[in-house]
Amino acid sequence: MAENRRNLDKRPSPEALLENAQREAQGRLKIFLGAAPGVGKTYEMLQSARAKRQEGVDIVVGLVETHGRKETQALLEGLEVIPRRRVDYKGATLEEMDLDAILRRHPEIVLVDELAHTNAPGSRHPKRFRDVEELLAAGIDVYTTVNIQHIESLNDVVAQITSVRVRETVPDSIIDRADDIEVIDITPDDLIQRLKEGKVYVPQTARRALDHYFSPGNLTALRELALRRTAQRVDEQLLSHMQAHAIPGPWPAGDRVMVCIDEGPGGAALVRYTRRMADRLRAPWTVFHVETTRSLRFSEEERNRISDTLRLAQQLGGETAIVPGHDAVEEIMRYAEANNVCHIVIGKSRKSRIAELLHGSVTHELMRRAGVISVHVVAPRDLDTTPSNKTAARPESRNADILPYAWSTAFVALALGCGMILDEILAVQSVALVFLTAVLASAITYGLWPALYTSMISMLTFNFFFLPPLYTFTIAEPENVVALFFFLVVAFIASNLTARVRSQAIVARQRAKTTEDLYLFSRKLAGIGTLDDVLWATAFQVASMLKMQVVILLVDGGELTVRTGYPPEDTLDDADVAAAKWAFENNRTAGRGSDTLPGAKRLFIPMRTGRGVVGVVGIDSAKEGPLLTPEQQRLFDALIDQAALAFDRVRLAADADRTKLALEADRLRSALLTSISHDLRTPLAAIIGAAGTLRDFGNVLSEVAKRDLVATVQEEADRLNRFIANLLDMTRIESGAIEPQGALHDVGEIVGSALQRASKVLAQHRLEVEIDGTLPMLKLDAVLFEQVLFNILDNAAKYAPANSTIRLTAWQSEGKVALQILDEGDGIPPEDVERIFDKFYRVRKGDRVRAGTGLGLPICRGFIEAMGGTVEAANRSDRSGAVITIKLPVPTDAPQLDEVA
Amino acid sequence: MSGPAVKILVVDDEPPIRRLLRTGLATQDYAIAEAADAGQAQAHLKSEKTDLIVLDLGLPDRNGLDLLKDLRSGGIDVPVVVLSSRTDEAGIVQALELGADDYVTKPFSMNELIARIKVALRHRLQEQGEKPVFKVGELSVDLVRRVVKLGDNEVKLSPREYEILRTLVRHAGRVLTHQALMREVWGGIADVQNLRVHVRQLRQKIEPDPEQPRYILTETGVGYRLRAPE
Repeated sequence: MAENRRNLDKRPSPEALLENAQREAQGRLKIFLGAAPGVGKTYEMLQSARAKRQEGVDIVVGLVETHGRKETQALLEGLEVIPRRRVDYKGATLEEMDLDAILRRHPEIVLVDELAHTNAPGSRHPKRFRDVEELLAAGIDVYTTVNIQHIESLNDVVAQITSVRVRETVPDSIIDRADDIEVIDITPDDLIQRLKEGKVYVPQTARRALDHYFSPGNLTALRELALRRTAQRVDEQLLSHMQAHAIPGPWPAGDRVMVCIDEGPGGAALVRYTRRMADRLRAPWTVFHVETTRSLRFSEEERNRISDTLRLAQQLGGETAIVPGHDAVEEIMRYAEANNVCHIVIGKSRKSRIAELLHGSVTHELMRRAGVISVHVVAPRDLDTTPSNKTAARPESRNADILPYAWSTAFVALALGCGMILDEILAVQSVALVFLTAVLASAITYGLWPALYTSMISMLTFNFFFLPPLYTFTIAEPENVVALFFFLVVAFIASNLTARVRSQAIVARQRAKTTEDLYLFSRKLAGIGTLDDVLWATAFQVASMLKMQVVILLVDGGELTVRTGYPPEDTLDDADVAAAKWAFENNRTAGRGSDTLPGAKRLFIPMRTGRGVVGVVGIDSAKEGPLLTPEQQRLFDALIDQAALAFDRVRLAADADRTKLALEADRLRSALLTSISHDLRTPLAAIIGAAGTLRDFGNVLSEVAKRDLVATVQEEADRLNRFIANLLDMTRIESGAIEPQGALHDVGEIVGSALQRASKVLAQHRLEVEIDGTLPMLKLDAVLFEQVLFNILDNAAKYAPANSTIRLTAWQSEGKVALQILDEGDGIPPEDVERIFDKFYRVRKGDRVRAGTGLGLPICRGFIEAMGGTVEAANRSDRSGAVITIKLPVPTDAPQLDEVA
Repeated sequence: MSGPAVKILVVDDEPPIRRLLRTGLATQDYAIAEAADAGQAQAHLKSEKTDLIVLDLGLPDRNGLDLLKDLRSGGIDVPVVVLSSRTDEAGIVQALELGADDYVTKPFSMNELIARIKVALRHRLQEQGEKPVFKVGELSVDLVRRVVKLGDNEVKLSPREYEILRTLVRHAGRVLTHQALMREVWGGIADVQNLRVHVRQLRQKIEPDPEQPRYILTETGVGYRLRAPE
């Protein structure tokens, strides 16, 4: 679009560069443009295709209409044709282009005839040019044909020339997107000759207008139109190239064109006119609409018309602006002055002369106040719009119509009462001021018409009750007449002013509320930490602010699934799922009211963040017609953008956490490996060394020395054995391979066997065992539990000095059985009481520590917890030393030991 | 035992273990033969007379348990002591149920292995005659008159407890799986927990320190063993 490329610097314009870059990834579009049907576009396209085929390019036929012409048919020989897709519609079988087959085949170039064609219902896109867009986006080059009358912005002009309005149109954006346009041009005389020879295909329906259409005058005009449009496109391409390469050129100054639309028909034609004008001037353009209090009373049809016109403007590449205000002309002028507008386009006034006199006309007012800005008054000939039926939809506020007037009457009555009281003190003219107050009150509360009504009633009341002769509507003194007259004038003016202020205040309040809501939403999102909460808050906000039903879909494990919705919704039907998927993959809106899969129930809009499309939002409302007005669209975009930001933030936070964890885990792992490696090698070194010494020096060693070395080998081998056993146990715990065989066991028995196993380790210590005889049997895995006891005893022996006492007690309390092992060592540093259960943690106590694995206690905890118990460490309260406490639940069906016979 | 040397077949796939066993068992004047896998073992047993087999459960070509099953079902009744790894209680129990006499877990002490070999041999040799009075430490059990004494004091046992003790005595020094004990005492597989309860009660009566039993030893996860007289 020319309007975005105002760049007076010598640098390449970023927009142009970006466009070029984006172009690289997409397919190239070549359009064979004709002024009228029958000029030979399809023929020419096939000729080109054959030439390409000769060169070895992979080119296939997507869809070509030969209309039975033999010469065209002949050209298809030798070209690969993708079979058409059959669509059943209302009993008839139609054939459409098979878009998916072409995407699968993915040729270099595909031929698609008749760009303006409308697809059969049920197709992915309602229009073929959207199919072509999808092909281009996939990187496939496209050759296509189209007639000049199908181009949107020229639609009116062609209709004017030929008196035939063509319904199927193609937006200008796709023409602008074309990389090549080839005009298929033949002289009007030649074309008419061909028509006579029957070489031109014309659909049945157009036969009536045939002669008129194919008149020499028309054809010449159409031909010029085609050539001119192509020239314009070439011009743009040149501009783009120059700007991308920073070639200085004669850019015109930054003018802007503005078109003002209202709720009447003809807005679309105005927009198209403006587009053509803006193209000629190479200026950006804006569609402008003023929302006044009158806007609140628009019928459904009028509202839709404005929406459609604004959407058309966006499609054609213009900007839109809606501004609230009371005086349309004032707003227009304000905007024009602020935005460097040189031309204003406006429709001719539709009002009758009298209406114009009474209410004024925006058009005329604008012409008077435009100053140096050119005003173009356009009266488009719109051939088939019927005058709108203003009695159609009634605005909502009519129901409460009586209420303002009733209240106003009450105000007047109140004023009357006050007046009566004040009559004693004040002069009669001053009493009038009381009534004026009533008028103002009515104006502030209810608006213009109730205020005018109040003025009239006040005047009559004032006249009746206060002006002599009293209690009549006649007035005796002439000065009172004048006073009364001026009262009415003042009342009217006051009503007017107050009403205006009031309506502006209403609109401003509404805007402020929306802004406030957005702000609150933004703050709410800032505080949310989890993804689901973000989605829920967003869905709720969209639903409540826009009064719609919302669903949000995200990618979960490769599949697009519904994550949240308001009202909560779990599943979508197939059409919706397809539309959602398409919207996600192509980063475009799809669904109800859009150009793709319009049969879906909801409209799906992709959620974009800096990282690309993250999800899709689906909206739906019960009412008919377009889902979002442009105003609502802006609000929706704002909400979704905020949500997308919050979404990104949450994900980044999660990523950061994950990275931190991974780094931490890595660090631990390498520390671990170093530690284990050391712990394995040390005993091995001792064993190998001792055995080697025995072998090599056995003959010179004394018996004592030999016995000593053998003892070393034995001890270190034992130590290695225990270490490896611990490692294996730890591995089993970590991999979840622990399946405790839970059977009822006697705790004492297992204590006994553990003590037996640990007898060597405990050789240097005194042992005290105190087990309550009445302990119930516990659900334990004997092997695991024995290991636990062994590990704790081993630990205790390690940290307690020789000859000290190690105590083991067990008793029952509070539905659990507790088992404690106490030693008389130095105890555990208070801050490490929990950390001793960490893997590879060892309390460093200088050289007195017999190096252990650091795994004993973690294994205990792993095993005990697998059996449903707990294990804690603490320091003794009676003296120095550590105490390890195991607690195990008592099974409910444990028999008492003495009961079993 | 005087007379021809006892012939022991060692079946283990690890050469260092075989070497160790040969050296260790040779101190008892046993004659050692080696087999590296089940095939070699069976071949040897067909041709040579063997008095005891030391069998590693983790053999390469056939599971040691399968070999054991085959031997027993093939009528070979020589005592078998199995070698197994520490964590394989299930394998040990299975081996004992299949007819092994005893077990040691690797790494084992040679003393322990030799002790168990001796017990296994003795039980076989003494199959026919039971000594009437069994004594170990302070405990004496008169199998004929059904009198149990700890030191000089008689101990009163319930019928079940006595049965358990008698079974242990008959296999003194050898391990008995829970199942084997229950079969002997209850005549079938009952609740293991029942057995444990009884053993506990028995210990209360005959052990000087029930928490650290000296006579009835627990083989965790496998069964019980009555200490053999030295």
